[in-house]
Amino acid sequence: MSSSTSSRIVPAPVNAEPAFFEQTWDLQYRHALGETVGGFMQGLRDGQLLGKSCPSCSRVLFPARSFCDRCHEATTDWVSVDTSGTVEMFTIVYERFPGMLVDAPYVLCYVLLDGADTAVCGYIRGVDLTDAKEATKRIRTGAPVRVVFSDAPQGKVTDFWFELAD
Amino acid sequence: MRNVAIAGFGQSHFVKSRTDVTFPELVREGATLALDDAGITMADVQAVVFSMAPDALIGVGHGERWCVEAVGAQGKPFMRINTGGATGLTAVQAGYMHVASGLFDVVLVAGADRVSEQLSAQSMLNKMWDTGYERLYPLNTITMLALSAQRYNDKYGATEEDMALVTVKNRRHASLNPYAHLRTPVTVDDVMATRMISWPLKLADLCPSSTGAASVVLVSEEYAKKLNTRVAWVRGIGQCAETIWMGDRVGPAALQDHADADSLATAMQRSYDQAGVTNPREQIDVAEIYAPFSSVELHVIEAAQLSPLGESFTRMAAGEFALGSEGTVVNPSGGTLCTNPIAVTGLVRAGEVYLQVTGHAGDRQVQDASVGLASSIGGDHQFYASMVLANHLEEIS
Repeated sequence: MSSSTSSRIVPAPVNAEPAFFEQTWDLQYRHALGETVGGFMQGLRDGQLLGKSCPSCSRVLFPARSFCDRCHEATTDWVSVDTSGTVEMFTIVYERFPGMLVDAPYVLCYVLLDGADTAVCGYIRGVDLTDAKEATKRIRTGAPVRVVFSDAPQGKVTDFWFELAD
Repeated sequence: MRNVAIAGFGQSHFVKSRTDVTFPELVREGATLALDDAGITMADVQAVVFSMAPDALIGVGHGERWCVEAVGAQGKPFMRINTGGATGLTAVQAGYMHVASGLFDVVLVAGADRVSEQLSAQSMLNKMWDTGYERLYPLNTITMLALSAQRYNDKYGATEEDMALVTVKNRRHASLNPYAHLRTPVTVDDVMATRMISWPLKLADLCPSSTGAASVVLVSEEYAKKLNTRVAWVRGIGQCAETIWMGDRVGPAALQDHADADSLATAMQRSYDQAGVTNPREQIDVAEIYAPFSSVELHVIEAAQLSPLGESFTRMAAGEFALGSEGTVVNPSGGTLCTNPIAVTGLVRAGEVYLQVTGHAGDRQVQDASVGLASSIGGDHQFYASMVLANHLEEIS
């Protein structure tokens, strides 16, 4: 340390309170969804639930995907799947997560539709969720459901949801 | 491949938030602790692996750039690893490969996290889902693991009280670990009284948002001999990635089940095969397994073959897996359920096993531990890492 530096030494500052930097990331994106996802969305506008089948293992991938991740082959035929299916797993969400603009409570689930080999994410509507114990007597793995389409489809995956079929 | 050892580990005391340091300063704190533990300095480090989960968690893009100086990497090879929640252990595996390949003798693996600074974490985590089919739904780490918990409970008959027992065990363990974040013991009734977040998960089934740093030093066998310090040998590593689609993990065509942790079982088996572990229940003394929620620990115990499928919760209720019990002790540190600094949580798993098998785990020490398992999970139960560590290079028996 030079003598000029030592003559400048002062007492360390006493922080009255912690210092913070606050920020919000507000970034805009416009993502192309591609021909296959786009085809599925067009199907929704037409009131159809579309998957694609793998020419090698014959699995119907739903919602439609352009390739089979097991056989590493392009899927070929477009396949219409049924509006009936069963609940594979679900949760009833009671918490409102900051930044996620969905009113709780709601049921988030994966349903295997008849004619599909993979399950799709969605909401189950029309069940009283006030009490989880009561609600889960009706909603369970294996419960039959049916698809309900929106009256005003927007070409989004949320154009349809599920209701209990029994 | 050369023999590789963990020769140093450092972790800060994990808390909700730190206002006394910046993020890089926190990283430096963990790195310095690990170097001190190994008895070396930054100058001795030949390459650095940076353990850092998605940028948005710390709110600085390309965030590893911010920390080059904090880990002394100017003029040295440097790479960042990101496999989400699995990051910390994947980073240690990358460091292992640096040394095992013969390219380096001393590698520092460092990182930190300040999860509570992200004020809308679940919304941020939702951004990892597919833009066309899944992003519009409130999928996040809580709801995705609630789906898994519901499916597991339905498949095997486990209850919310069974899940609560995991929290009770881990909080008791964490009370013995001065570095853990949530250290207050709780009862089953305490857990059951917490508010429902995403059925069947309640608040006390979930990990906290933790702040802190951790690092390990990996060295070659030749260098370890020169150091003359305690070491834990990396005996086996395993990794396995799984389909992004949770909907492919259910139904008759599924190869893996979202109720279980099948691909983690594959990763663990790969590490067992390398290490020569043939009977995990008998040969693994201590397991530090990544389980951020109570429900996750149950199927990870099964993936590790420390219990048959669907039996972990009845065994836990009978007192197995707890400190002082016979057989493998699971998460003596209190685990991820009590401390989750996401980017380094997997790294802490390896570090805790290092402390255990070298006999330096303090009040949470598993008696006579010589072989341990560390594991981590990232993405939507999608990236898996596993590591077997031992205090010797002899055959594991």
